[in-house]
Amino acid sequence: MNTLLATNSEWINLKSKEQNKGKKEELKMDKLNFPNNQFKKIVNIIVFNIFRSAAIINALALFIVVYFILSNGLSAITWSFLTQPPTDSMTKGGILPCIIGTLCLSLGAIAIAFPVGVASAIYLSEYAKPGKILRIIRLGINNLAGVPSVVFGLFGLAFFVVWLKLGVSILAGSLTLAAMSLPVIIGSTEEALRAVPETYREASLGLGATKWQTIYKVVLPSALPGILTGSILGISRAAGETAPIMFTAAVFYTPYLPTSPFDEIMALPYHIYVLATAGTDIEATRHLQYGTAIVLIVLVFGINLAAIIYRSKLRKKMT
Amino acid sequence: MNESKVKMSSKNLDFYYDTFKALHDISLDIYQNQVTALIGPSGCGKSTFLRCFNRMNDLITTSRVDGSVFLDNENIYSPKVDVVLLRRRIGMVFQKPNPFPKSIFENVAYGMRVNGIKNKSVISSRVEASLKNSALWDEVKDRLHESALGLSGGQQQRLCIARALAVDPEVLLMDEPASALDPIATQKIEELINQLKESFTIIIVTHNMQQAARVSDVTAFFYMGKLIEINETETLFTRPALQQTEDYITGRFG
Repeated sequence: MNTLLATNSEWINLKSKEQNKGKKEELKMDKLNFPNNQFKKIVNIIVFNIFRSAAIINALALFIVVYFILSNGLSAITWSFLTQPPTDSMTKGGILPCIIGTLCLSLGAIAIAFPVGVASAIYLSEYAKPGKILRIIRLGINNLAGVPSVVFGLFGLAFFVVWLKLGVSILAGSLTLAAMSLPVIIGSTEEALRAVPETYREASLGLGATKWQTIYKVVLPSALPGILTGSILGISRAAGETAPIMFTAAVFYTPYLPTSPFDEIMALPYHIYVLATAGTDIEATRHLQYGTAIVLIVLVFGINLAAIIYRSKLRKKMT
Repeated sequence: MNESKVKMSSKNLDFYYDTFKALHDISLDIYQNQVTALIGPSGCGKSTFLRCFNRMNDLITTSRVDGSVFLDNENIYSPKVDVVLLRRRIGMVFQKPNPFPKSIFENVAYGMRVNGIKNKSVISSRVEASLKNSALWDEVKDRLHESALGLSGGQQQRLCIARALAVDPEVLLMDEPASALDPIATQKIEELINQLKESFTIIIVTHNMQQAARVSDVTAFFYMGKLIEINETETLFTRPALQQTEDYITGRFG
């Protein structure tokens, strides 16, 4: 064995010497004359500044919106505003029923859309065999994402409220919002599942695990931060929608707080719309409208923040 | 050539990736408690062949197998075979270390948990034994519950070996287990293989011929999906029967 390896290395040395002899002639090339470099450096700086300006405009836009809403509505934010129902034909008082209503709708939408969406995504990404049926399902999901929110509202009215006889209720509203959020949840879950390295699945199957065990014990825990982020973002957008809940869950005014999923409710986005267009004294309630907007933004922001914190905790556990 | 018992074998094995024929009529025997090395240039089919032995190629939906692979005289490709059970009896270590993003303890315990072992003390003692058997115990015994991803490459690969050993396999398939590691880690893995063959049958794919020479008892040379020559390692490397084999092992091609 040793003699063969020694011969091997001798032979390799010989071979490389022969190769190098020819190299000095082969590499001879004409000298290149490079043109002036100044122009491309200037272009580089200009482009960088254009991109930076775009980012600054973006941040500025957000700042302006927040400032505008805060300056018009901060005066309305008081403890009683947040804890009392509206009074005097909704020209005074608080928005407690709206806060409760939006919370109920959001929680209901999550409770329905999350399991259905994640399960669909797992099926599509881990189990389904490529073919005509798979393509039709994907086409359906992608088109669902493009349906305007007011059309969802009409669909919810016709199907959940009337046909399924759920009436104008939290349940009908949550189902409609869930349908709206499904494409986003499915999309981000699939992306999170795809990001899990195939080597984890191979290692798990190689140890004698079944496909479901692999998904449940390795793939899902690994994909969870991505799934959560996408789902929360989807739901928080749905929480602020007006059109889907206008016909299915929200009402102009109700003196009662909800006690069952079949109750009708008031909601924050709808309340803004109502005060600004059909209220009894639109100008005088301006500050109430902006105040409601502040509460809605804080609520949505709060949900997002909670999701981001939970996701970073999960990430820390894994590294 | 060999008096040992035949643990696994392939007979007239053909393998297709879609329409591409990757393996041509491979027949060879794998002997119990010996290390069989599969060598050959990149793309010659040695990894494909290895993955036929625990049916990992089943995961590729466009693949097709003709012929048979036997474990203790049973054809593992027969429709009655329980693939999940098969993969417990035949363990695999991959080229790039792939520990789960879990703790060191949970990585090694994973195989036992998915196969239904619940007893805490059984799991605990087997984790310790597996880590000892893969020469990793001393380095990790004080941080069993820390993430496996914090280990070095060589440690991670030994963890993957421990993970495979924990489910009590009969055969270990190793796909270039040291190719992603530095020379010292490689040496540790090779020493480990020498110890492990007392209790297991090992098939190792390697593109490093010196490694094959150091570690294996039997070597098989593959080229373009065909088995060119197979013999006891000492014989293959000093007196190869075919010119093509000699050309490969002296580095004239590949």
